[in-house]
Amino acid sequence: MAKSLLLVGVGGQGTILVSKILSEGLLEEGYDVKMSEIHGMAQRGGSVTTQIIFGDKVYSPTINKGEADVLVSFEKLEAARYVPLLKKGGTLIVNEEEMYPLPVLGGLEKYPDGIMEELKDKIEKVISINARVIAEELGEPRSQNIVMLGLIVKALGLENIDWKSKIMKFLPERVHEVNIKAFERGINV
Amino acid sequence: MKKLLTGNEAIARGTYEAGCLVASAYPGTPSTEILENISQYEEIYSEWSTNEKVALEVGAGASIAGARALVAMKHVGLNVAADPLFTIAYEGVNGGLVVITADEPGMHSSQNEQDNRLFAPHAKVAMVEPSDSQECKDFIKHAFEISEEFDTPVLFKVTTRVCHSKGTVELGSRVEVGIKEYVKNPKKYIMTPANAKTKHLEMEETRIPRLMEYSNNSPLNKIEWNDRKIGIITSGAAYLHAKEVFGDTVSYLKVGFSWPLPDKLFREFAEGVDKLYIIEENEPYMEQFIKAMGIECIGKEIFSVCGEINPQIIREAILGEKVEEGYKLDIEVPSRPPALCAGCPHRGIFYALSKHKNKIVVTSDIGCYTLGSAPPLATGDTVICMGAGITAGIGFDKVNQMADRGKKTFGIVGDSTFFHSGMTGLVNAVYNKSNMVVVILDNRITAMTGHQENPGTGKSLSGVEAPQIDIEGLVKAIGIKESNIRVIDPYDMDANANAINDALVATEPFVIITKQPCALIKDVQKRRANLYCQVNQDKCKKCKTCLRIGCPAISMKDNVVSMDTSMCNGCTVCLQVCPFKAIESFGEEVI
Ligand code: SF4
Ligand code: SF4
Ligand code: SF4
Repeated sequence: MAKSLLLVGVGGQGTILVSKILSEGLLEEGYDVKMSEIHGMAQRGGSVTTQIIFGDKVYSPTINKGEADVLVSFEKLEAARYVPLLKKGGTLIVNEEEMYPLPVLGGLEKYPDGIMEELKDKIEKVISINARVIAEELGEPRSQNIVMLGLIVKALGLENIDWKSKIMKFLPERVHEVNIKAFERGINV
Repeated sequence: MKKLLTGNEAIARGTYEAGCLVASAYPGTPSTEILENISQYEEIYSEWSTNEKVALEVGAGASIAGARALVAMKHVGLNVAADPLFTIAYEGVNGGLVVITADEPGMHSSQNEQDNRLFAPHAKVAMVEPSDSQECKDFIKHAFEISEEFDTPVLFKVTTRVCHSKGTVELGSRVEVGIKEYVKNPKKYIMTPANAKTKHLEMEETRIPRLMEYSNNSPLNKIEWNDRKIGIITSGAAYLHAKEVFGDTVSYLKVGFSWPLPDKLFREFAEGVDKLYIIEENEPYMEQFIKAMGIECIGKEIFSVCGEINPQIIREAILGEKVEEGYKLDIEVPSRPPALCAGCPHRGIFYALSKHKNKIVVTSDIGCYTLGSAPPLATGDTVICMGAGITAGIGFDKVNQMADRGKKTFGIVGDSTFFHSGMTGLVNAVYNKSNMVVVILDNRITAMTGHQENPGTGKSLSGVEAPQIDIEGLVKAIGIKESNIRVIDPYDMDANANAINDALVATEPFVIITKQPCALIKDVQKRRANLYCQVNQDKCKKCKTCLRIGCPAISMKDNVVSMDTSMCNGCTVCLQVCPFKAIESFGEEVI
């Protein structure tokens, strides 16, 4: 049976990088992998999604309403936006990071209160962390996404794959050490 | 060796393996990464052309000279390149010529949704449609062979889902096909009416019938017989979605070579199944052909011509299965539209223009600055296509004058767009005595598609140094008087205001060139890394003026206005608009 993973976040958060690392590892493990990314106007702070489906044989690269086995959100509000795509009984992994969309910054709309409570109330399986706090402890706020990678790997039970070499492949050398640490923190949450 | 590749990467790989020698393109989502990947193969000369028509003509020249050539563009790009396409179809090729059209069902980042399969019968060029990354790589090689064997350019149609999805691909090695001999042949390559008439006949009588024969026997069109109660004719990504829904429980005719369409194969398949469905994205391209053959089938009666198809849509339409809803929250989720980045050089000029809202009309164009039309800046009346920022402005301005509206027209265009199709518009503005103002936002990069080089950046696609075309010199040469040109720094709000004021009273075509590189260029980020602004809370009157410039780094939380210093690059636009001098700037440039 194929498993589907939907990753959502805000442009610039590094969700695509995490998807690339994940797909590469899954491929190496011998899965048939399809990954699909939709970035409207890249990097301009809009909402970004990537989809990964893996299994013995995968045809369609798309995940629709109520189909994702796992929804990974790099930001709270995006989790709320995309939960209709999560399968009933599926797992939600969420970073408690808050990033205000422009209409909220400008006071035109409101960033809703109590998102985490509502998510935990409605969804049976929620795993949440504050990746920013962990990343800041490590001295590199931008490694939040790799903390999330660790968490995803743990939640999917994919620890046996050699993720560290993938992280090193996709990231520049000067940030290898801190990102390996970030990954370990994510796995050991 | 197996690798995980996007469709675009696989196309690049296939192009390499096919022995292609020349590749050209203008960047555009979802096609951009094709050339970016091709440029990594030293064996292939690759370039960013100034627009898609230029790219196709470069490719055609290379093909006639004897080399295999590949040209890539997004769907709307093919509109620009349609002119050469229709005639190159007559001339045919020498070395194989493949033209990629990357369509966007669903319009994730395009101004329209158009089904470019329809170009193939119109231009009479052979067409190939892959479904996934492996096919992208394999079909590109077929496409070059078809091109050479049938003496036709080949249209290679992909969609966002094919371009941007990753799948496993078995890699092969490059086959050097070399450069074919070029023999001068005016009857084939000079399309005067007399030659074109002969060519047209020859095409109809020889080339197309041969292609039809091929279509019915092509390995790219294949039937998968399973249970015969339901038969599905499909192509591209729609095949994958259908396969996801039905697996091996129904029969398929997958069309990979789609112009001319395989009539005999259609009939054979239709006769072999009880009920026939056509699943295709956007237009009923195959369906109309099949229905015209007198074959009964179901297609757009149950599928929309708008948007992407996915497994869920197929499940609902054919099986009548309503999908079980996922989770629902009781929370109102605010939208998250894309916005000009923190420190974007376009913000200042847009804000300055918004101050004149009632006196001006702004015809905008395609690029990051399209986002200037969104609130809170909300500066922009029209966006049509590349180059129309100037040309639509000319027309708008003429009518404004006829109607005596007393409004000045400002046409917005980026540096890359100016080279793409803005220059001809500016020539027209000068020649036809337009009274409009053209604002060229020179941010030293093609930003919207992800930072590609262009003739103004001083670098080529492969990163080698290149001559830098001087926009100001060009504008002068086109005939804008020196006294009607302002070259300004858009971070400087006084300069923005002064230039606009001068433009408002000008009685001749006027050009403002804003020069400041995109805030996301790596060197710029490094240089400005330590610069930032912050609010002095004792002075802030919470007037919210700074919030209205739409910088994502500025927020008001718990009634405190502040800047996210990790995002802010110290452009000081907010500082300059604050009426209470409550914002201060810090840090120094890294040199
Ligand atoms: S200086 Fe002001 S406008 Fe410029 S990036 Fe910083 S917060 Fe935004
Ligand atoms: S990418 Fe550059 S030009 Fe585009 S919005 Fe961001 S800063 Fe502005
Ligand atoms: S513009 Fe100045 S005074 Fe007004 S809210 Fe912003 S910082 Fe405060």
